[in-house]
Amino acid sequence: MSSPLSFTISCMKKYPRILMIIAVLLLIGLFIFPMWRITLLAPQYPNGVTMYIYINKIGGDSPSTLQNINILNHYIGMKYIEPESIPELKYFPYIIYSVMGLGILAAVINKGKFYMAWGILMVILAALGIYDFYLWEYDYGHNLSDTAPIKIPNASFQPPLFGVKQIINFTAISYPHTSGIMAGIAIVLSFVAWKLKIRNEKYAEQVSSDSDAYSGVLMRSKA
Amino acid sequence: MKNLSSNFKNVLLVIAGLLLAASCNTPGNAYKSGALAGDVASQVYVPPGEYDEFYAFMSGGFSGQISVHGLPSGRLLRIIPVFSVDAEKGYGFNEETKAMLNTSHGFIPWDDAHHPELSQTNGVTDGRWIFINGNNTPRVARVDLSTFETAEIIEIPNSGGNHSSPFTTENTEYVVAGTRFGVPYPQQDVAIDSYAENFKGMLTYISVSEEGDMDVAFQILLPAFDYDLAHSGKGKSHGWTFFTTYNTEEKATLLEVTASQNDKDYIAAVNWKKAEEYLAQGKFREVAANYADNEYDESTQMATSTMKNSVKILTPEDCPGLVYFLPTPKSPHGVDVDPTGEYIVGNGKLSADLTVHSFTKMLAAIENESFEKVVAGVPVLQFEEVVAGVVPEAGLGPLHTEFDANGNAYTSFFITSEVVKWKVGSWEVLDRAPSYYSIGHLMIPGGDSKEPQGKYLVALNKITKDRYLPTGPELCHSAQLYDISGDKMKLLLDFPTMGEPHYAQGISADRIQSKSKKFYPLEENKHPYATLGEKDARVERAGNNVHVYMTTIRSHFAPDNIEGIKVGDKVYFHVTNLEQDWDVPHGFAMMGANNAELLIMPGQTETLLWEPKTVGVFPFYCTDFCSALHQEMQGYVRVSPRNSDIAMTWKLGEDDPVQ
Repeated sequence: MSSPLSFTISCMKKYPRILMIIAVLLLIGLFIFPMWRITLLAPQYPNGVTMYIYINKIGGDSPSTLQNINILNHYIGMKYIEPESIPELKYFPYIIYSVMGLGILAAVINKGKFYMAWGILMVILAALGIYDFYLWEYDYGHNLSDTAPIKIPNASFQPPLFGVKQIINFTAISYPHTSGIMAGIAIVLSFVAWKLKIRNEKYAEQVSSDSDAYSGVLMRSKA
Repeated sequence: MKNLSSNFKNVLLVIAGLLLAASCNTPGNAYKSGALAGDVASQVYVPPGEYDEFYAFMSGGFSGQISVHGLPSGRLLRIIPVFSVDAEKGYGFNEETKAMLNTSHGFIPWDDAHHPELSQTNGVTDGRWIFINGNNTPRVARVDLSTFETAEIIEIPNSGGNHSSPFTTENTEYVVAGTRFGVPYPQQDVAIDSYAENFKGMLTYISVSEEGDMDVAFQILLPAFDYDLAHSGKGKSHGWTFFTTYNTEEKATLLEVTASQNDKDYIAAVNWKKAEEYLAQGKFREVAANYADNEYDESTQMATSTMKNSVKILTPEDCPGLVYFLPTPKSPHGVDVDPTGEYIVGNGKLSADLTVHSFTKMLAAIENESFEKVVAGVPVLQFEEVVAGVVPEAGLGPLHTEFDANGNAYTSFFITSEVVKWKVGSWEVLDRAPSYYSIGHLMIPGGDSKEPQGKYLVALNKITKDRYLPTGPELCHSAQLYDISGDKMKLLLDFPTMGEPHYAQGISADRIQSKSKKFYPLEENKHPYATLGEKDARVERAGNNVHVYMTTIRSHFAPDNIEGIKVGDKVYFHVTNLEQDWDVPHGFAMMGANNAELLIMPGQTETLLWEPKTVGVFPFYCTDFCSALHQEMQGYVRVSPRNSDIAMTWKLGEDDPVQ
């Protein structure tokens, strides 16, 4: 009876590190899948025009999507969306590399507070990233050319950060996409790793002080 | 025998039939009110935004084009320019497509297109291409069904009227081209009276490669009968093609009488697999010829016309077993092979009966050498030995037969103006439905393939009269849609068609829809005069030739102001549409251009030649409403005197060009 129990305990000891490694691996998704998706719907665009934002590029549901969005935007004098002129797309990947490195480091050190620190760092970076995204949206939506062929007073052309918004004839829908959600899960996992690690550290103390506490551990972990 | 009835009797029948047809013209007759009883509207109603179940490809007849309709709604979806110039699309007017209409007689802007034929795989329509014949200056065209554009037109040498064409073999190994009019072979200056002696009839097999490339593979030299229609065998009869003939009398004047004398003409059965063996054995003559093969290259967007100079000719005398004649009553028109490949229906157009031959019996008759006689080296099989059955007195003037998937056949009767449904094998007439008026061809989607998709039947009528609001002396032709899913045919809809549809083809939408191209990727544009970005837009002079490298994108041309053109210049506008979205063509029209507009699909380049004759400043503009700023999509060309020293300049916008 003590053998499966000790196995469980040893697995539980490994959990935080495994979770942290999974969290780091999830960030690879940022280089494969889009983190955000903005879809524009209008009667003439029955399938919508969908733009995908990656950590290092902006794409669409076809190679020509950006051109088509820019053609639409030029009527109201919006700046062309040109991935080459968005510096964040160039340096964000390095930030992610660094964060991944720190995550691995945290897994090697395997201390609760390092997991916590990594999670907090990720939250701060995500918040900054979303704020940066908002600033770009604000810039595109407000910095309109004086020579725009179509001028609509008081109209808001800024796309929504999160959710659905009507922009003249278009319904704009903006939500996180695959790798954005993966990064979110990574954050959650890092905090879970932190919590478990703290418990494990406490159990370790208890086990060393009270070798007869196994049943108590099990009850607590179930609760 | 009934099918041997005298000519006198036939003439009487024809007169009776015409009277019958004429009587149909009085409005409010019993047919008319009875046919549409009950609610049929819902059966042809395709709600807004929903799609039709079938594509129908109708030949344009004397329009030279193909029109594409949806079924069951009958809605017109597109006109595909094939043999005739089309100012709307610039086809035959722009520099890229002029070569498509080249022939050994030079540029021909028109033809008479009769029989569309879908490509097949294993006897089933596959939605890759549709072929169609040009009857007047013998040609066969291939249309690509991913773009709905004509991809190739090949001229048929030694032919006088390409009517029995372009019916396909089971795997589109070949499409055929039999001459309707005998012509001197070789073409020469002879007395027309010497028809029987000097004229010949040529059957042509055009090979089709996996990529669709057509080539005249071989020709078969036969007597100067009129080879009227054809269908290739399928299943057990795969490897054979059947051609109807009339004018086996070999006359050249007053054919309506002189070519209607023989009680029986022939169906020519051609064993093309045998022909391949003879070709491999070298039993052909390579004969000088002169014919054009025009191909459109989708990557360069340029048609190239290549003159070819020889053909391989097989003659029955040298190639025993290549061709047999099956006697068939009264100038048979259509020849139609049932889905099993066993039955070959001869629609004897001056007869009241339908004659059906058996492929199995034909093979046995050949095996037993049951020959009645030999004509020009071709054995004539004994009628009784090949006929499987007769559909007796089904109507008058049978022209064409199509099949459903349940062993039924549907035959059009021109004179009695009706469709008759009969059972293959038992030959009993099951139902008849009037057509308004005087049906020619009829079409069931897949109805000439191994797998008919027999839900609807389309009647392609020759006479319209009072069916629609009058439009002066000339009326559009009328098609009619019947529901054939039940025991009784039910008339659902009349709809007008373009030109004169002869034959048509139908195919379930899913075999084409998903393959339909939305636009041409710019990176695949290999046009020699393409301009792939606005920064490359420019004007270049080479002597009197000026090349304008122009782009279009919503909503401007680049450049849109051009100066330095002189009277007497030949100005080539090479316009590239930089759009990369579905359904965003731009048009280009130049004031005073002696041709047509350009209509440029996204990612394509097209060229318009303009030869300014007077000084001045002339506008050009976009003709296809492209955007909210379409009206602003315009520009100017300044034309100076021939001796002027105005510099060649071009621009877009007052400061830096818009991106």
